[in-house]
Amino acid sequence: MIHFVLLISRQGKVRLTKWYSPYAQKERSKVIRELSGHILIRGPKLCNFVEWRGYKVVYRRYASLYFCMCIDANDNELEVLEIIHHFVEILDRYFGSVCELDLIFNFHKAYYILDEVLIAGELQESSKKNVARLVAAQDSLVEAAKEESNSISNIIAQAAK
Amino acid sequence: MEQLKSFGRELAMGSQGGSSKEFLDLVKSIGEARSKSEEDRIILRELETLRRRLSEPDIPRRKMKEYLLRLAYAEMLGHDASFGYIHAVKMAHDDNILLKRTGYLTVALFLDEGHDLIILIVNTIQKDLRSDNYLVVSAALVAVCKLISEETIPAVLPQVVELLGHPKEAVRKKAVMALHRFYQRSPSSVSHLVSNFRKRLCDNDPGVMGATLCPLFDLILEDANSYKDLVVSLVSILKQIAEKRLPTTYDYHHMPAPFIQIKLLKILALLGSGDKQASSHMYTVLTEIFRKCESSSNIGNAIIYECVCCVSSIYPNSKVLDAAIEATSKFLKSESHNLKYMGIDALGRLIRINPDIAEEHQLAVIDCLEDPDDTLKWKTFELLYKMTKSTNVEVIVDRMIDYMINITDSHYKTEIASRCVELAEQFAPSNQWFIQTMNKVFEHAGDLVNPRVAHNLMRLIAEGFGEDDEGADTQLRSSAVDSYLRILGEPKLPSLFLQVICWVLGEYGTADGKYSASYIIGKLCDVAEAHSSDDTVKAYAVSAIMKIFCFELAAGRKVEMLPECQTLIDEVLASHSTDLQQRAYEFQALLGLSPQVIENVMPPDASCEDIEIDKSLPFLSNYINQAIENGARPYISESERSGTASTIAVASASQYQHDTSSVHSLKFEAYDLPKPRGPVPSIQSSSMSSLPTISSDLVPVSEATYTTREEQQNPKVQTLADQISAEIGVRLRLDGVQKKWGRQTYSSPSAPSTSSSSSTQKPSNGMVTSETIRENTLDSRKQQIPEVSAEKQRLAASLFGKKAVEKKTQAGTRRPVKEIQPAVATSAPEAPKEDKVIAPAAPPPDLLDLGEPSETATQTIDPFKQLEGLLGPGAGSDRASGPGPSVSAVATADLMSMVTDMPPIIDSKSSDKGVISSTVAKKGPNVKDALQKDATARQVGVTLTGNNPNLFKDLLG
Repeated sequence: MIHFVLLISRQGKVRLTKWYSPYAQKERSKVIRELSGHILIRGPKLCNFVEWRGYKVVYRRYASLYFCMCIDANDNELEVLEIIHHFVEILDRYFGSVCELDLIFNFHKAYYILDEVLIAGELQESSKKNVARLVAAQDSLVEAAKEESNSISNIIAQAAK
Repeated sequence: MEQLKSFGRELAMGSQGGSSKEFLDLVKSIGEARSKSEEDRIILRELETLRRRLSEPDIPRRKMKEYLLRLAYAEMLGHDASFGYIHAVKMAHDDNILLKRTGYLTVALFLDEGHDLIILIVNTIQKDLRSDNYLVVSAALVAVCKLISEETIPAVLPQVVELLGHPKEAVRKKAVMALHRFYQRSPSSVSHLVSNFRKRLCDNDPGVMGATLCPLFDLILEDANSYKDLVVSLVSILKQIAEKRLPTTYDYHHMPAPFIQIKLLKILALLGSGDKQASSHMYTVLTEIFRKCESSSNIGNAIIYECVCCVSSIYPNSKVLDAAIEATSKFLKSESHNLKYMGIDALGRLIRINPDIAEEHQLAVIDCLEDPDDTLKWKTFELLYKMTKSTNVEVIVDRMIDYMINITDSHYKTEIASRCVELAEQFAPSNQWFIQTMNKVFEHAGDLVNPRVAHNLMRLIAEGFGEDDEGADTQLRSSAVDSYLRILGEPKLPSLFLQVICWVLGEYGTADGKYSASYIIGKLCDVAEAHSSDDTVKAYAVSAIMKIFCFELAAGRKVEMLPECQTLIDEVLASHSTDLQQRAYEFQALLGLSPQVIENVMPPDASCEDIEIDKSLPFLSNYINQAIENGARPYISESERSGTASTIAVASASQYQHDTSSVHSLKFEAYDLPKPRGPVPSIQSSSMSSLPTISSDLVPVSEATYTTREEQQNPKVQTLADQISAEIGVRLRLDGVQKKWGRQTYSSPSAPSTSSSSSTQKPSNGMVTSETIRENTLDSRKQQIPEVSAEKQRLAASLFGKKAVEKKTQAGTRRPVKEIQPAVATSAPEAPKEDKVIAPAAPPPDLLDLGEPSETATQTIDPFKQLEGLLGPGAGSDRASGPGPSVSAVATADLMSMVTDMPPIIDSKSSDKGVISSTVAKKGPNVKDALQKDATARQVGVTLTGNNPNLFKDLLG
């Protein structure tokens, strides 16, 4: 099971956090501090895994952004490494060659996408196409809602005249 | 897909335009903050603003949505935004789906299952689970997974179960996952739904089927026997997937549905564990997967690794086992640290089936042990721990202790210390070595080891090691005393270790007559003085001094009171700790007694003698009778008391459950009035639960005071002695402590035959023979290089081989010879003499063999590099001359290595865009995207020359 997902920049700035196991707010900050201390200093050729408090943290670096996932001791690390990549590929499809800035300004969208990929700490969908379709469906709904509200406000505006 | 991409882009931009200037400014200023404290200041200011805004009346809903996102942002950066949680809950209740989604998102980010506000959201979730719009239902299900706690499961369970039959597969999938979550929270809540899971396993949609494997895995982990009938169908699913029968959308890097395959393999491993019949169904499909998986891609290796795990868990079969061994050796020989790590892990699993497998990989393992990568090193220690036996325990534990001294992480220090102790207890070759090892562990990690270990050590020194040889025991004790006196010179020692030292010195310090009583007492006084703040150490020291005095007096010798000892006793007499005080008073009392009495009170070396205690305490009966006549309550025996207490506990627990099952453990009935103390009440009414426990608690307390008073009234020496020795006895009683001296768990049956057979079987296994040979020869050439030092080989020999120890020089050459065997085609059983002759002769064919593969290897690597240089000279130089030259250069190099396993389409795309991008100031593949992004960035005001130019770099290169 994945206990949490962290996106940290090379400077140690937090870009995204998602907790699937309960951690108190104080504990969260501590975890992030501790893990960025462990992970950001690691050289490029080393393992993409860090053993930590009896769990394992699998991380992968994309440009200047580290994607980290914390898993149980008996989980398959290589699989999780690919789950990370799967997520990044989906982000890439959605944003169109995604970069860190996309995630900074649209962090809520990244959350929506993550919710379609992982649920309750497990991979829920391994088909990129299905995820893309669902996210698109949600977005179109949002668009429709926007238009609707616009038209309503137009009507109100006209009625007010 | 292109369409979707641009659509996503537009949306992203659209929402950016939608966000207010304030939010963009916030994000920007956070991005430019140079320190954590600056960032904190900005966020605190932001939170203050939000708090003010949120308290205003009639906030427009669109504005509210943005405030919530800003709160989520602050929360993400580690600040408390709890004042806004309620607004998120409210927004989730909104009818507008746009706002509802935001509400659910933020609620899921803010709240955990235990939060008080959960109760307010349950109603909203119930309503949304019934919605016609499947997107609303999906959003609610995502929230269910995060927020529903054990108490609230019943509120939504029926609806979630109903959703298992929803026409949309996305909803069915999420419903399955929600039930999986419920199972984790409270297994009993969904135990009746097993049939539903089985039905979903046959769902038309592969995604739903894949999701169903999650709850099934948990259920099977709990009780494999009830699901044995699934083996055949699971195997057939796995087979179909491996044969690419699933839609290609589930392919990932050319592997058919790898994530589902891995889940299936995990379940099969559970079902086949120790079950020959179930396992026999799996062998064919496992062989198939081993054959089909590409070991060139990461995901292929993930599946292979899971196969190895499965093989090591199910009933062994020689054919699949060989395939697993071969896969493992490929991992170990790989250059990638990740694969080495997986290889070490796999090896640890396989040696449980056959301990000899490790021997073949000894040098690879030692390389990992000396690797600078801590993760790999730690994993290797785990492997060594698993393969320790009496022949190699000394080397392994020494290594572990060296490692332990060098690490700082307390979690791992504790772990490795306890492993050292366990191995030493199990396999210690000699008592001397054991004591030394324990000393080292205590010295360097004394504060981290379990106190049990200290008691165990004391007991071992006291009892000897189970042999009848009294001489050996005394020798051991005196050597322990010697070493402890030496160690006391160290400036800083852990408290637990000092306790052991004090106890041993007190018990055996003067036993062999080597050291005078006053010398030992002086040392003990030093300890007490140096650790004056540690009461436990002081107590041990005082007791030890007391014991030495007693032994001397009992032997009829006169002991003079050292001045520092006198000061210590005086100080302790006035101590705040009653325990210390009591020890000092006892000490004084003892000094005044005659030698015969003292010998009875403190017999030498009596720590392991059983003390018989007459529990009925007959000497007190007069007193008790008198008390009862005077109106005291009679004693209620412990069993009666605990009996009543437990029924009360059960009653109250069931009542509690009853309460909690109805909403949220709020109690609406009034509490009963406390009743005056009387006989223990009958436990008919469960609402009385709190009272009787208290009154029954009172009973033993009063009893205890009686006895102590009695003791004080007639201070018999005998009781005092009882107390003291009972105290010592209690300390040493170590129930449930394992002690297995010299017992070997791994017997190694005829090692050479199996290992040689496995190596000869290799070529017959087919398929990758040439590759393995190449690798082998490559490897063996590496060995020829004198860098593989004799020291390493010696280490290997001491870790792995019994025969290797005999011929140290052979240890190194043996492996290459064995590896070359298939190539040279010599017969397997060879005389050691021949080995030696062949070994030096090996290099020529080696080189010949190597000629080709090494060339191809360079060919495969180099052209790419050259191409890269040709294709993107502009890009390369541009990147290098960017704002952060060194950083970005490293990053790109990194990315290249990371994404080498990407499908070729993307590769070609990025490389051909690379040329264009050189003109557009290091932008990503899609020029239009990049330009747009750049424009927004400018509009937002984030500049390229900020302190993090990498923000613009495409994550996928």
